[in-house]
Amino acid sequence: MALALQTFSTLKDANAALQSAGTRYLGGGTLVVRAANEGDVSVTGLVRSTEPSLSTIDVSDGKARIGASVTMAAVARHAELGFLAGAARAVGGPAVRNMATVGGNLFAPTPYGDFAVALLALDATVTTEDGETPIDAFLAHRDVSRAIVTSVGFSVPQDGFRFLKVSRVKPKGVSVLSIAALVERAADGTIASARIALGCMADRPMRAKAAEMALVGANLTKEGIAPALAVATESTSPATDPIASAWYRNEVLPVHLGRLLLS
Amino acid sequence: MELRKNYFADVRKDDLHEIGQDRPRSDSPGHVTGKTSFFADRNFPGMLHLKMVRSPHHHARIRSIDTSEAEKHPGVARVLTAKDVPHNVYTILILIQVGPEDETVLADGKVRFKGEAVVAVLADTERAAQEAAAKVKVDYEVLPAVFDMEEALKPGAPLVNEYHGQNYYLYDSGECRKVRFGDVEAGFAEADHILEQSYQSSPIEHAPTETTGCVVAPAGNDRFTCYTNTQAMFFTLDNTSIILQMPGSKLHFVGGTVGGGFGGKVDVIVEPIAILGAKLTGRPVSFIYSREEEMQISSPRAAEKVVIKDGVMKDGRIVARKVTGYTDAGAYSRHSPYGAQKGAGHYPGPYTIPNVWIDTYCVYTNRTPSSAMRGFGVTIGDFALEVQMDKLARLIGMDPLEFRFINAYRDGDMKAHRQPTEGAALIECMQEASRAADWPVAEKYMAMSSYAKGA
Amino acid sequence: MAKVPVQFTLNGSETAEFIDSGSTLLHALRDKIGDTSPKGGCHQGTCGACSVIIDGELRLSCLTLAENCNGTAITTTSGLSEGGVLHPLQRAFLDAFASQCGFCTPGMIMAAKVLLDHTPNPSRDEVVQALSGNICRCTGYEPIIQAVLLAARANSQNAA
Repeated sequence: MALALQTFSTLKDANAALQSAGTRYLGGGTLVVRAANEGDVSVTGLVRSTEPSLSTIDVSDGKARIGASVTMAAVARHAELGFLAGAARAVGGPAVRNMATVGGNLFAPTPYGDFAVALLALDATVTTEDGETPIDAFLAHRDVSRAIVTSVGFSVPQDGFRFLKVSRVKPKGVSVLSIAALVERAADGTIASARIALGCMADRPMRAKAAEMALVGANLTKEGIAPALAVATESTSPATDPIASAWYRNEVLPVHLGRLLLS
Repeated sequence: MELRKNYFADVRKDDLHEIGQDRPRSDSPGHVTGKTSFFADRNFPGMLHLKMVRSPHHHARIRSIDTSEAEKHPGVARVLTAKDVPHNVYTILILIQVGPEDETVLADGKVRFKGEAVVAVLADTERAAQEAAAKVKVDYEVLPAVFDMEEALKPGAPLVNEYHGQNYYLYDSGECRKVRFGDVEAGFAEADHILEQSYQSSPIEHAPTETTGCVVAPAGNDRFTCYTNTQAMFFTLDNTSIILQMPGSKLHFVGGTVGGGFGGKVDVIVEPIAILGAKLTGRPVSFIYSREEEMQISSPRAAEKVVIKDGVMKDGRIVARKVTGYTDAGAYSRHSPYGAQKGAGHYPGPYTIPNVWIDTYCVYTNRTPSSAMRGFGVTIGDFALEVQMDKLARLIGMDPLEFRFINAYRDGDMKAHRQPTEGAALIECMQEASRAADWPVAEKYMAMSSYAKGA
Repeated sequence: MAKVPVQFTLNGSETAEFIDSGSTLLHALRDKIGDTSPKGGCHQGTCGACSVIIDGELRLSCLTLAENCNGTAITTTSGLSEGGVLHPLQRAFLDAFASQCGFCTPGMIMAAKVLLDHTPNPSRDEVVQALSGNICRCTGYEPIIQAVLLAARANSQNAA
């Protein structure tokens, strides 16, 4: 079966077409067309939708909604999403950022998917026609997800959001690992809550829950975060790939997490 | 660029008009306008696309191959297996009498590395070829594999390549290439210090931006025009002639434009099977490696291990050097017996040492066959040798650059492989490096010359 | 197999072709239309050799489906020189020895053109960022960076 593209103006029709075996949704093409080029013959049909809301960004009342077809380049240049620009620019080079979409990044396998790491730290919700799903649950079941992702939404943090991508090649290289952290502090300066998301430390973005718990009540100092760093690799199962070994990723994760938290 | 014309001024006429001048490259206008013709820029009506079914195993016996479903797939013109190749077992260095023939164009009965070519599928489109390739059924009996050179040389190791009969290349000198000069044990006995160190490297892929490939067009008169990015045009033509049992006059190779080679395009891998496909179908054929094939299947620089034992005097003279080198050929020879041999000639380094013992082994393992890459057989050895030189200098408390001046070879010195040194310029290079790096050495070294000792 | 029509402006000329649905812009340009200046180096979005400019934005033609380009304006490196006169970037790549094997060059020039179109006087860091999606295995990048800076200087002198 040759590959064929079907374009629909409505999400409803596109979702219906996606029910056929062998079909996949085409976002920016950086995952799906790549797979086809590489000889993945399991995909026989591509589906896309030109529904305008897929390509819009809305920020109001402290809430952000980013359409699934919005590109990394559009996020990076959006005035009210400045805190996410670093994460958006961590994806690919300029051409890839003009193509790769927010929705597609949710499905990018390790060592890709740096932007989804940021969304995980932000506790985003993922919207499909079936409703809204917390990002943790969405990522866990992404392999069987069939409904088209229409948008992601999250509360815009006042401050305390940090993102770091570690790669061997600068300025554009594939991730050794990436870290996003949302740290809220109490009036006395101690850490009130922390959400830490890790890229490349499993087959998809994951939370560093042990480190998050160890940070609550701690001072944001070298000594204060030491217990969190000591448990940073709990539950990780990093990949060994041409970029880095699993051993290396586990060795350097606490170092980079420490630097990010104290930056 | 500054030219130092004082060096060797008496043996060279000072008539350099081009050296040091900027000159435009003749191919640049084509490059910057996108008009340079690379092999893949040729496109012919009715062209077939070749995709290879490859071994998923490092080492396996092939029980059976079933191509019936693939042959019936829409758009498929032909499916090729080992029996279709006229002279399927070959080795590229046979052209210079380095045998035995040890590699198959398409696997016959056995695969010896992961990614080895087993079945070639020719179809109207790349997609159809990929789909048909997925329908080829190969029944494998997986065999134990060996990936480490020292493991491969141990008794009882899995035999990688039956055409050799043992896991090393058998030189006319025996299990390794040997250099013997002076009395190395006497040198060690006389030395003030002895330092033995081991160095090793991993395979390195050239990763050219343009992947390996060729486009073949039947000329209509039993001749075939092959547009290729080989770095070894006549080498490829002659080997293709042997593999296809066709006179060279039937083969017209067009090349010279290579999108990055670095030694990675000197093997004869894509052309014979693509020309065979064109011959058997009468249609043009395109066979272009995917990026994944380029990274996984194309020959890398060999993994090497180098063990160096040196005897050195407190005054800085190296009096004995023993080197054991191992070159990981992977599953097949390709250029590696030559690379290992080059190492044997090179290992003493550019230094005059009175007692030298060299053994270099070309070892077979179930890794991707290695081959040429920028100074293969020499580059990794130089890394090892120069790190060793620094360690030796530190051992005797001497400046590392001065230590090299003391041992540098000069015209008239006999090298370990018994070629007298001529045209040496190491002293002068180091003098210039000393100035450029602002790393001063004693005046007596700056007064030395490659011409004569004791200057 | 049913073919689908595509129509776009290629280097200023109206261009139309029938292609297989699902085929890439790189395939359409090279194998159907005959513009072989974009190169296929990886077909997976990592090397940048296939870079083209679509409606002013840098894109990878190997991951872009041709039928999604209907109605767009596409620029490739083969369309940059006018009347036999090299574009300033082409001139600079030639003068600064920024092209060795030549395979990455058309994609590099596309990435550099988008940069200079938006940022006529870029810093060195901006040049590095703009070229970061394009791989060169021959030059070590420095001559390419210098060529882009050279072209920017030439442009600003011409404008003055």
